[in-house]
Amino acid sequence: MSDKPDENVDEKVAGKAADESDDKTDSNESARPAEERNLEKAKSETGTGSGVEQPAPDQSPENVPAPTGEVRAFGVRHGMFGTSGTGDTSGYGGLVSAKVFPAAAQKPYGGWFDEVAGALEERLESTELTSAIESVVIHRGEITFHVRREDLPFVAQMLRDDERLRFEFCAGVSGVHYPEDTGRELHAVYQLTSMTHNRRIRVEVSTPDSDPHIPSLVSIYPTLDWHERETYDMFGLVFDGHPALTRVLMPDDWPGHPQRKDYPLGGIPVEYKGGSIPPPDQRRSYN
Amino acid sequence: MTTEQDFYAAPGDTSQGKVFTVSGQDWDSITQSIGESAEERVVVNMGPQHPSTHGVLRLILELEGETVTEARCGVGYLHTGIEKNMEYRSWVQGVTFCTRMDYLSPFFNEATYVLGVERLLDIEDDIPEKAQVMRVLLMELNRISSHLVAIATGGMEIGALTVMTIGFRERELVLDLFELITGLRMNHAFIRPGGVAQDLPPGALDEIRDFIVLMKKRLPEYAALCNANPIFKGRLEGVGHLDLAGCMALGLTGPVLRSTGYAWDLRKTQPYSGYEDYDFEVQTWDTCDSYGRFRIRLNEMWESLKIVEQAVDRLAGLEGAPVMVGDKKIAWPSQLAIGSDGMGNSLDHIRHIMGESMEALIHHFKLVTEGFRVPAGQAYVPIESPRGELGAHVVSDGGTRPFRAHFRDPSFTNLQATSVMSEGGMVADVIVAIASIDPVMGGVDR
Repeated sequence: MSDKPDENVDEKVAGKAADESDDKTDSNESARPAEERNLEKAKSETGTGSGVEQPAPDQSPENVPAPTGEVRAFGVRHGMFGTSGTGDTSGYGGLVSAKVFPAAAQKPYGGWFDEVAGALEERLESTELTSAIESVVIHRGEITFHVRREDLPFVAQMLRDDERLRFEFCAGVSGVHYPEDTGRELHAVYQLTSMTHNRRIRVEVSTPDSDPHIPSLVSIYPTLDWHERETYDMFGLVFDGHPALTRVLMPDDWPGHPQRKDYPLGGIPVEYKGGSIPPPDQRRSYN
Repeated sequence: MTTEQDFYAAPGDTSQGKVFTVSGQDWDSITQSIGESAEERVVVNMGPQHPSTHGVLRLILELEGETVTEARCGVGYLHTGIEKNMEYRSWVQGVTFCTRMDYLSPFFNEATYVLGVERLLDIEDDIPEKAQVMRVLLMELNRISSHLVAIATGGMEIGALTVMTIGFRERELVLDLFELITGLRMNHAFIRPGGVAQDLPPGALDEIRDFIVLMKKRLPEYAALCNANPIFKGRLEGVGHLDLAGCMALGLTGPVLRSTGYAWDLRKTQPYSGYEDYDFEVQTWDTCDSYGRFRIRLNEMWESLKIVEQAVDRLAGLEGAPVMVGDKKIAWPSQLAIGSDGMGNSLDHIRHIMGESMEALIHHFKLVTEGFRVPAGQAYVPIESPRGELGAHVVSDGGTRPFRAHFRDPSFTNLQATSVMSEGGMVADVIVAIASIDPVMGGVDR
C-alpha cells in the first residue's frame, strides 16, 4: 500500500464510485457505499500487492504528492505495519521508508504570500538580518516561516508593527518535539493573524535539545504569557525573558515535561474477564 | 480559626502573618479577629472548588478591604493529558478525545481538529455537502446551548436564579436534539475526518423545527428578564472592562472582543464549512463590559437560530445524500443502524463482511485497527467557538497517528485577562468579570 501504481488505481476507483453513486436509487443506500468501499479498497490493494516494490529510503511515502525541490526528512519508518517486538512474518518487516516533511518553497510563492515575504525581507535587509528567515514552507495553502531563534523577537516585532504586515494577533505558541531531527529537536510554532489584512501565517523556531532556549515574545505579544508557560511545562523549552516562567498545567513539583516524545504516556494494564490489555503506549500498534 | 501557622501552606511557601481558616459556622469569630488586627491587606484563595468559579479555577485575590488589588489565576486542576493521549490513538480516535476538552462546546473541538486533519489529507473540497451542512447545524445548536449555560451560570452567580433555571431548561432541549442525532448528550465524537459519523435519524428535522418554534417563544424571556433589569444592569454594566487594545494584546477573541465593537467573527472573516452560504449578522456591542458580552450572547443565539433554520431547509433537500467522503481509504467502513436492542452495527454491513466478501472484511479490519495515513505536514484551521478562536495545530509525520495535536483553546487565552479585568474593582465584581469571559476549565486545562 505504497508508491505510484496505487494512485492510478485510486483515480479509477474514485471515478467508478462517482459513476455508480449517480445511478443508484435503491433504498439500501446507507449500506451500499460501505460495501463498495471495501470492494474497491480490496481491488486497489491487491493491485499493488502483486508488485511488491521496496521504496527507496528517499522516496516519498504513500499519499505525499510528488514533492518539488528538496525534502526535509525526519528519520525513518521501519516495516509496513509498524509492529515491533513480535514476529512480523508478512515479509514487509525489512521495509524502510523515510518520514518526509514538505519541502521549502521557491519564489514566487503566489497570492499574498509574496507580499508578506517581500515586505518582511525588505525590513530585514535594511537591518542586515537577511539570514533571519531560514526557509519558507508552503503546504496546503498555509505559509510557514522558519526563523532563526536569536532573531525571533526582531522578526516578531516587524511582523506586528510593519503596516504591510500587521500581524497584530498571536493565537499562541505550540511546541513540537522531533527527537529524530538532530540538532533541532524542539520546535516552537507561533500562529499569527493579521486582522487588518485578514491573513494568517505561521512562524516556526527550532532549537537543539541540549540548549532548549528561545527568546520570549511576551513583551511583543502579551497573550503568549500563559502559552509560553504551557510550552515550557510540556516540552521544557525555556523562554528567555519571560516574566515568570513557571508551570501552568502540571503541578509545580512535577518531574519531567510530559509532551516530549521520550516521556512515557503511562497507564496500567486493564483486566477484563481474565484477559489483560496493556496501556496504550505499550500495545502493539501500527505506525 | 485563627492561628499564626498556615496548615495549608506547602513547604517553602510563605506562612507569615495571621492565617484564617474558614471551616463553616465560624464567620463571627473570623470577622471579629480580622477587625482586631491592624492589617488591611488580606490574601484570599478562592477555589478551586467554588460554585462560582466555573469548574475548578483557583483565584488568588489580594484585597484591601473589599477592593481587589491583585488577582491571579491558578489553573491546571482539570489537566487530563488529552493532547498526549491523542498521540497514541489513530486519527479517527482522536475525535473521541478532543470532544471532551471544552465540554460545553464539544462539536467545536471535534470540528477544528477534523478540519485540520482534512486539510492535511487534502480532501477539504471533497467533503459532501450534507456533511458540511450537518456540521454547521450541530455547531450552531451547540453555540445556543453553550451560550445558554454562559448566561445561566452567569446569572446564578449574581443571584438571578431564575435565569439559571430557564437557561438549563432550554439547554436540555438542545441536548435532547444532540441525543437524537448523535446518540449522546455530550462526548459525541460525531464529526469525523471525511464527514460525520451517521446520517440524520428519521424525524430529526421535524424535531429541530419544533425546537426553533419553541426557542423563538422562549428567547424573548431572557431579554424581558434581564435586558432592562436595574439590578442586573447594575451588576454588569462597566464591570470587567477591556477595550480593543487590551483584547489584541492579550489575544482575546469571541464575545469579549466583539463587545468592543470590533466585528471579528471567523465565520464571516475566514469562512469554513460553508459558512459563507448562510445569512447571518455578526453581533457586536460597544461598551467593552460584561453587560455588552451578555447582550452579544443573547443576540448570537438569535443568529444561530437563523443559521439552524437555513441548515434545516437545506437538509430537507438533501435526503439520502452521502455524509462521508467518497474516498474508500478514509471513510469509516462500518455503518450503524437502529436494531431492536438499540444502536449497533448495521446488519447489512455485518452480513457483507462476514458472509459475502473476504476482501471487505480485511479492509474493514485494516481501517478500524490501523486507520489511514495522513501526509506529513502541519495545519491550523481555527473556527469561531462560542468563546472565541478555537484552533487545533495538527502535526503529522505521515503515520497513522497524530504526531502532535495542540489545541489553542479560547478559554485558556481569555482567562489571562482576569487580572486586567478585575484589579481595582470590588471583590464581587471578580465573579461577574470571569463569568463574562465564560471560561470552561475542561478547555483551559485539557
